[in-house]
Amino acid sequence: MQHVLILGGGVGGTLVANLISRKVKKQIDAGQTRVTVVDETGQHVYQPGFMYIAMGDQDPRSLRKPERRLLDDRVDLVVGKITHIDEAASQVVLADGTKLDYSELIIATGSRILPQSIEHFEQEAHHFYSVEAAQRLRRALDAFSGGKVVVGIASMPYKCPPAPLEVTFLIEAELRQRGLRDRSDVHYCSPIGRAFTIESVSQMATPELEKKGIELHTFFNVEAIDPERKMVMSLEGEELAYDLLVLVPPHKGAQALMDSGLAPQPGGWLPTDPRTLNVGGRENVWALGDATDLPLSKAGSTAHFEAPVIAERVAARIQRREPHARDSIYTGKVMCFFEIGDGKGTLLRFDYEHPPTPPTPSRLWHVGKIFFNKSYYRIVPRGRGGTIEKRL
Amino acid sequence: MTAIDLATSPTKTIDARGSFCPGPLMELIRAIREGQVGDILAVISSDNGSRADIPAWVHKAAHELIGVYPHEGYDEIVVRKLR
Repeated sequence: MQHVLILGGGVGGTLVANLISRKVKKQIDAGQTRVTVVDETGQHVYQPGFMYIAMGDQDPRSLRKPERRLLDDRVDLVVGKITHIDEAASQVVLADGTKLDYSELIIATGSRILPQSIEHFEQEAHHFYSVEAAQRLRRALDAFSGGKVVVGIASMPYKCPPAPLEVTFLIEAELRQRGLRDRSDVHYCSPIGRAFTIESVSQMATPELEKKGIELHTFFNVEAIDPERKMVMSLEGEELAYDLLVLVPPHKGAQALMDSGLAPQPGGWLPTDPRTLNVGGRENVWALGDATDLPLSKAGSTAHFEAPVIAERVAARIQRREPHARDSIYTGKVMCFFEIGDGKGTLLRFDYEHPPTPPTPSRLWHVGKIFFNKSYYRIVPRGRGGTIEKRL
Repeated sequence: MTAIDLATSPTKTIDARGSFCPGPLMELIRAIREGQVGDILAVISSDNGSRADIPAWVHKAAHELIGVYPHEGYDEIVVRKLR
C-alpha cells in the first residue's frame, strides 16, 4: 500500500490532495494507494480575507470552511498536531501519539507569526495576520481621529508581500474619505532599499506613495518599540513616532520541521528544489507554499501553481511512469492582485524568468481581487481555477 | 591569496549564493543583529543586486564597508559592525 501523506490543509495541501486523488483514482479504488491530509484544526481558512476584515466589511465567518467539505471523498482527513517527522521510520508523529506511515510526504505546513518575539509588539502594534488582530486593527482605525500612522515590516520573509503596502494605501484612502487626512501623517517603512522587493513593482508603487503623500522610509528593519515615547526604532538607527502602529509580525516555518531536522534554524524554511519541489534532495519528500525557502512570495497563489507539479510527480511515482514534461516543472509562476486604494488595483504576474509588469492601476483589478476572494472556495481548493487563470 | 585575505579575516562568513535579493542582505542583517561590535562579516552573494544593496544598507546603518571583492560567479562583500 502506498500512502501519500500531506501535512497541512491550507491552499497547497488541500489542492495537491485533490489533484493527486484525481490522478491516482484507479489505484485508490483498487486499494493500492491512500491519500491523507493531516491538519491541526480541520478548518480551512482563506487568509487573504483577513486584510478585508480590517480594511473592509469582510465577515470572518465566511473565510472559514470545514476542510472535510473541500476534500475529494477519496482523500482521508486526520485532525491533529504534527510534532515530529521520523525520516528513518518514514513516519509522522502527532501530539496524541498517533504515528502515520508514509511512502510520499508532502509538506504544506505554511508559516506562523511570532509577534511576541518583539518586545511590546502585542500591546503597541497592530497587524492583520489573524482574524482577531484584524478586528482589533479595525476597532483602532474606527477610534482614530488623526495623528501619525506608521506601517512597517518586522522581518522578512512574510506572508503576502504586497499586503503591508496595500494596507498603507487603503488606510491613507480611508483617512481622506473620513476627512482626517489633513490631521494625519502616513509613513511606510520598508526593510530593503526600495518600497518592494521586486524592482518593477517598486517602480509602480513609489510614485503612488509620493502622489498620496505617504512618506517612504527605506532600510527600516524594526528593532524595538518604546511604548512610553510611542516610538518605533530601526536597526539602522532611525526612530519614528506613531499614534497608530501597524507591523507585519516576524514569521517562521513550522516548529516540527525544525525539531525534526528538515528545516534549518532560525527561519525553519524547507530547502526546496525550485523546479521539482523536492526537499533537500529527498526523492519522496516535497514542499509547497509558505513552508519552502524559495525566493518567491509566501502566498496562496504560489502554492496554487506549485500543487499541480507535485501532483504530477507523485502520481507518476505511484503509477511507475515518467512524469509528463509539461506539468512537472515549476516555473516560479505567481499571480496576485494588488490594492492601490480608492477602488483601484493592479495585477502582479511573474515567474523565475520574468518579473512582473504591473498594468496601470484601475478599477478592473480591484474588482478582480474582490471577485477572486468571493469565488475562492468554489474554484481553488478543488482545482477548478484553470479557466480563470487562462483569462487573466 | 585573495584580496580579502590580505585585508583582514572575517569573524563570520555568510554564504548566500543561490539566494536572491533581498536574501543576502537579510542574512547580513541577521548576522549583524547576532554579532558583536568589531565583528567582520563576509557575505558571499551570487545576486548582482547585492553589490548595490548591501553597501547602501551598510552606509545607512552606519557600519563600515571594508570592500566588495568580485570572484568568478559571485561577490564577497565584507563589512565591519561598528555599533
